[in-house]
Amino acid sequence: MTSHTNVPRTLPRFSSTFDPHTLAEIRRAAATGIYDIRGGGTKRKLPHFDDLLFLGASVSRYPLEGYREKCGTDVVLGTRFAKKPIHLKTPVTIAGMSFGALSAPAKEALGRGASAMGTSTTTGDGGMTPEERGHSSTLVYQYLPSRYGMNPDDLRKADAIEVVIGQGAKPGGGGMLLGQKISDRVAAMRTLPKGIDQRSACRHPDWTGPDDLEIKIEELREITDWEKPIYVKVGASRPYYDISLAVKSGADVVVLDGMQGGTAATQDVFIEHVGIPILSAIRPAVQALQDLGMHRKVQLIVSGGIRNGADVAKALALGADAVAIGTAALVALGDNDPQYEEEYQALGTTAGAYDDWHEGRDPAGITTQDPELWSRLDPIKAGRRLANYLGVMTLEAQTIARACGKSHLHNLEPEDLVSLTIEAAAMAGVPLAGTNWIPGRTGF
Amino acid sequence: MNAFNPDVTFDLAETPLRELNAALHKATGESNTRHWRVLNPNGRHALAAGVKAPLTIEVDGHVGYYCAGMNQQANVIIHGNAGVGVAENMMSGFVHVRGDASQSAGATAHGGMLRIDGNASARCGISMKGIDIIVQGSVGHMSAFMGQAGSLIVFGDAGDALGDSLYEAKLFVRGSVKSLGADCIEKELREEHKLHLHEKLTAAGLAGTVDVSEFKRYGSARQLYNFHIDNAGAY
Repeated sequence: MTSHTNVPRTLPRFSSTFDPHTLAEIRRAAATGIYDIRGGGTKRKLPHFDDLLFLGASVSRYPLEGYREKCGTDVVLGTRFAKKPIHLKTPVTIAGMSFGALSAPAKEALGRGASAMGTSTTTGDGGMTPEERGHSSTLVYQYLPSRYGMNPDDLRKADAIEVVIGQGAKPGGGGMLLGQKISDRVAAMRTLPKGIDQRSACRHPDWTGPDDLEIKIEELREITDWEKPIYVKVGASRPYYDISLAVKSGADVVVLDGMQGGTAATQDVFIEHVGIPILSAIRPAVQALQDLGMHRKVQLIVSGGIRNGADVAKALALGADAVAIGTAALVALGDNDPQYEEEYQALGTTAGAYDDWHEGRDPAGITTQDPELWSRLDPIKAGRRLANYLGVMTLEAQTIARACGKSHLHNLEPEDLVSLTIEAAAMAGVPLAGTNWIPGRTGF
Repeated sequence: MNAFNPDVTFDLAETPLRELNAALHKATGESNTRHWRVLNPNGRHALAAGVKAPLTIEVDGHVGYYCAGMNQQANVIIHGNAGVGVAENMMSGFVHVRGDASQSAGATAHGGMLRIDGNASARCGISMKGIDIIVQGSVGHMSAFMGQAGSLIVFGDAGDALGDSLYEAKLFVRGSVKSLGADCIEKELREEHKLHLHEKLTAAGLAGTVDVSEFKRYGSARQLYNFHIDNAGAY
């Protein structure tokens, strides 16, 4: 007789649909009655720049000598209407992140690092701080739906103005800075009581569509005597139409943020399920610019999960003029640093996965308003790390561009790229590697 | 139209708006050119936007969007109607619309005073952050939506959803209110509030024109200041 213990048993098998993370989320939702709020960007795997490869020069193309032949990296933004366009040494800029979401030393470090590399930083929902203006050689002032801290004096101090309509992590959504991060200073800057949840509106209160946006941009130009470039930032969802209307409304520069872009705090379900990957958004945006005869006349900045020089080079090859980084810049400063592993574990997470930025207990002192935690971040050292990182990204992009025979990063083109997957080939509009097939388009 | 004797006159039928605004931006409080008259505005947008000096600017006619936008220190008097967003994001100074105003009057404004002799349309004082707005007529729906600070004083009636998602702005309405928005409630009008009204009306040149005890006061119930799942139905 065979005993029960001798019968071979199947291994426990988790459902792909109800995987451990999903089960945990269902239990958490059932226990708390509220959706998960977190910071950062999407964590699911998405079609991305890694799905593209460069075709280095060989016989049909002629490469440039690394470390010898010049490869330009500079970019001029705002050449359409602004009397004072911005000239940056590298096409890698720092995306808008608010004082309030970030600590003051973190904002200072972003300014120090960017300035050292000759690029720009961007304010955020909390307005402009003197520290930020003081440490940023080129500062873009965001004009946001909430208009917290919106001040015409700061508008005049800025080098460019970015009208924020949406961001990649949550196109169509507003933000929520929870009460625990609202210090006296943050509360004063936002004209709201300390300790209450501060909602950032999802739409501008005094205009309701592209015709109004055009008039709003005209007002901003009039106030600043047509000197400063006006950017318009949209979250990637309908890039062809949104970019077309932003250009029609008079933007000097359009900023396109893919769904991999980070946020200070919003619903996990929003981050993971609304918007489209930046890889799929660039070509429609460029097509819109080309159809309007405005490609390279209205500059395109793309963002959302940019991590290295290869990403930079690929974004530029697809038609962007510059990129912006947010999450990667925070990591360069020290976000999720393993040196604080014990503290991350005490918060129920681990270094590399910490995303409860809204709770204000960031061990790295970056996404917090707690002065004790702030003091952990040395803005000079952190700024130097960021400058190093920006330098490496620029060098990497140059290396790739030279290999493709380009004397400037902006000479990269879609013909320098192929795709590893059919999906990425279709999204990026480049051929599947080893073929001349671009899904959805005719081959040559 | 008025006995005003300007130091300088701009006729927008002959001079581009850009020239007017550029001249206004260069003017200072020390200048002899303190009194400005603007003729034939014909609904132009962004007229006198971004002024930062104690000037008096009289506009003879109707203006378009964002007149006196982000005003600092100036007195801007519009002898006509105003389009969307008059005095939007004003920081200080005084803007007086002698006619009616379109929607989003005084939107997001941080300070100063906006007086409207006629009616204001929808979303008057939306996201107001410290401005005082006095409307002698009525205001439309969603007025003072997400109002953070300052006062909205309405002699006439208010439309639907007054003060929806209100923060700390103070609302006073003498006529009827069609409906109150989320977290906005009627509150007792005490002596201190009557004094507050009297001060604001005096500053606007309207003291004695109405009995302040006729107003009803509205403010935030402060129930939605911190998210709680039990309040989800209110959002």
